[in-house]
Parts: sequence; structure tokens; C-alpha cells
Amino acid sequence: MELAQPILNGDRLALARLLSRVENDTLEGRSALDALFPHTGRAHLIGVTGAPGTGKSSLVNQIALHFRKQGKRVAIVAVDPSSPFTGGAVLGDRVRMRDLAGDPGVFIRSMASRGSLGGLAAATAAVTQVFDAAGFDVILIETVGAGQSEVEIARLAHTTLVVEAPGLGDDIQAIKAGILEIADILVINKADRPGVESTERALKTMLELAHPVRKVFRHHGQVMELNGEDTPDTGLWIPPVQRTVATEGMGLPELLQAIERHVAHLRSSGDWARRERARLQAEFDLILREMLVARFLANLPPKNMESMLESMQNREISPREAVYRLINENKN
Amino acid sequence: MPEQKIRVLVAKPGLDGHDRGAKVVARALRDAGMEVIYTGLRQTPEMIAEAALQEDVDVVGLSILSGAHMALVPRILELLKANGQEHVRVFIGGIIPDEDAPRLKELGVSGVYGPGAPTEQIIADIRAALPGVAA
Repeated sequence: MELAQPILNGDRLALARLLSRVENDTLEGRSALDALFPHTGRAHLIGVTGAPGTGKSSLVNQIALHFRKQGKRVAIVAVDPSSPFTGGAVLGDRVRMRDLAGDPGVFIRSMASRGSLGGLAAATAAVTQVFDAAGFDVILIETVGAGQSEVEIARLAHTTLVVEAPGLGDDIQAIKAGILEIADILVINKADRPGVESTERALKTMLELAHPVRKVFRHHGQVMELNGEDTPDTGLWIPPVQRTVATEGMGLPELLQAIERHVAHLRSSGDWARRERARLQAEFDLILREMLVARFLANLPPKNMESMLESMQNREISPREAVYRLINENKN
Repeated sequence: MPEQKIRVLVAKPGLDGHDRGAKVVARALRDAGMEVIYTGLRQTPEMIAEAALQEDVDVVGLSILSGAHMALVPRILELLKANGQEHVRVFIGGIIPDEDAPRLKELGVSGVYGPGAPTEQIIADIRAALPGVAA
């Protein structure tokens, strides 16, 4: 508790230090997380993902500025990749966030991915919990420049923004599985560039395939048309496509409105609570798995492991059979 | 699994607009396995101290080519201290006249490097200044 209390009191240095302990997964970090947990669950977690160079950092900068105008406290977690060879990293997202410097209502933390492949670092979820407990109203999570399968952010965030830019791919990219599927809001940033119309068309076509209700549906034998904007009654969220030019702030008020609409939808449909539950379940599963494996390996005599490896290498026994045998032996 | 990395803030205070040297150093520290937070050009001492606090860095590396080091560096050291971060080691690179280096070190700067300083030396000095931190 001695690490947790100053966080609740708003001590920024204590917050920064605890974030390091949580990131390094130390014992003090873990127990502080446990102590802080009852104070979490209030913040709105917004994920921002997309390919490298689409303008995620600039967009995060602008979104944060808009939330600050509403008086909300904003934390930013910006993840950049670690080198697979040296483990080092250059974390450069702050370069685009200089407008936020000197504002005590903003706290920016850069994280290296440290070998995680899902677009976030292993400790990103825990870091957001610390910010949540510290009383930040909005937590913006910027993923590493994502390709097609860095979709972990959708599990963590309440609202996921997928950022695209004109000229990055044709329509076939838009119907592939992966990152576009996780979008709650699609953002076409750099919308002052040529090609914005065809990017928007490709994304909207993709959305119509995914949500046919948007275009046409049958109602009492009549064919009716619906526009995406006013379909709250169906209980379905249809991701809007928002154009922005983050460096100039263009399209930002509309994007903020879309984010607010999404929060309202999550609340009214019960999805907020459902996502929360799914997230807790995933976290529980992960920790359970880690602990069971650690406990099992701690009780396993090294010579048993050695002889199993030997048998596997001689192709006498498959890895699955080896695990099965070790588990049953250990029980007795 | 507990893992600790040396975290370094690389910043350019003041008004000169040349950050090639800062980028070379940032890249070299990355290749040495450190996590480098790069802040970009034209940072005020207040911005640097605030970033060092939020990022909980072990080291602040300053690149100064403008000749304003005797004004900027003491202010940054003062702010780090005021924030409770007197443990943060400060290294300076750039155009620093020979007679200023000892004065900067007296103020608490851990290392001063001019043009052509080997990055291996900077890396070794950072590691030596932080016993007990990995990478």
C-alpha cells in the first residue's frame, strides 16, 4: 500500500516510478497493482492503431488537446517497437506531442514493446490500470505502427480508432481480415492528400459488406433504406469513417463527437460492461496460466525433464504425450 | 519476468535546429540495448524536466550546439532536483568549449562530449554511472 497511496494522492513522481515497476513486473509493482485495483474501472480507454506513418501520434496529440478543453485529465501510453536483436528502442512519439508539454492535466508515458507481437507491450494493460487508479478520465493508447494482425488493442480499449491514410492500398486490403475489423471508428488522416475519395470508398464498401443493415433491410415485407448515422435502435454499432488532418486539427471536433457517440452506445447497449468482463476474464486466464506453469515447473525434478527431452529427441514420445505423462506423474 | 532497461531521454534544448548528432547518439544507445525517448527539437528546460519525470528515466542526454549551455544546463539540473529527480545522470554533447566542461561537471553533469566523441565511450560512461541497471 505504501506505493499505492501516493498515486491516489496525485503524486506524479510516485506515479512515474510505479509505472516503471509495473513495466518491469517487479513484486512491488504487482502488489501496488493489487492495492490500486479497487480504484480502477472509471477511465475511458481509447486505442489508436494503424500503419506506421499514418499520423497516429499527431492524432493522439489533437485528441488529447480536445479532451483537455473539456477539462478531462488525459494519460497517454505510446508504444514503439523494441529491436529484436539488441532489445533497445527509440521511442519517438513525444516529438509529435509537444503541444501537451507543461499541462499538468496530461501525463505521457512511452513504452517499448519488449518482444510482444500484438502491437502493445506485455505490461501496457497494467500501466493503463495505474493511470485509471490515478484518476485520469481518458487514457489514450497508441500502438506500435501496426500491420494486419496487431489487434490486441481491441481487447484492451473501450473504443478503438484505426487510422488510415490515402494511397496505402487498394480495396482488396479493405476486405482482408484483421486490423480493419477491430475498428470502432475508422479515421482517414492526411485527408488533404490526393486519393482520399477512393480510400473512403474502399472503407465504406468494406463496412457495407460487414454491416448489410446499413444499406437495405426488409421490414414488414417492404425494402427500406437506412443511413448509418441514425440506426441506434438496431443495437448495432456501425463504425463511422471520419476524415482528419491531424497536423491542422481538421475534422477533430467531428471525431470527438464520434467518440462520444461510441461511449453512449457502449453504455446503452451494455457493451461497456461486456467488454469489461471479457477483459477481466482474459487477464485472469493469463495470470492463471502463468502461475500454473511456474508452479508446475518449480515442482518438476530437472532429471525428469531431461529424460523426457531425451525421449522426445529420440522420437519415442511426442511433446504432447510428454506433457501428459509429466502432469500425471507429478500428481502422484 | 522482471526486466530492467536503462531509460534515456535524448533532448535538444534551445533554439538551434540541428539534431543529427542527437539522432546518431539515440541510435547508438538503442543498439546498446537501451530504451531511448527522443523528444525532438527546441525543448525548454521545463519541457525536458517534465518529460524526464513522466518517463522515469535514468539518464538525460542533452545536445546543445548553440553555445547556450551555461544558461540551459544549470536550469535543467535545478528543475530535475526540484522534481525529486536528483538521481538522474545528465550527459551533454555538442559544441562545448574546453573551459566550460569542468564547470559543467562541478554543477553535477556526468559527462561532456564534443564532435567526434566515440559513441562506445558514451555508452560505457552511461553504464558505469548506473551500476545495478541492466542493458
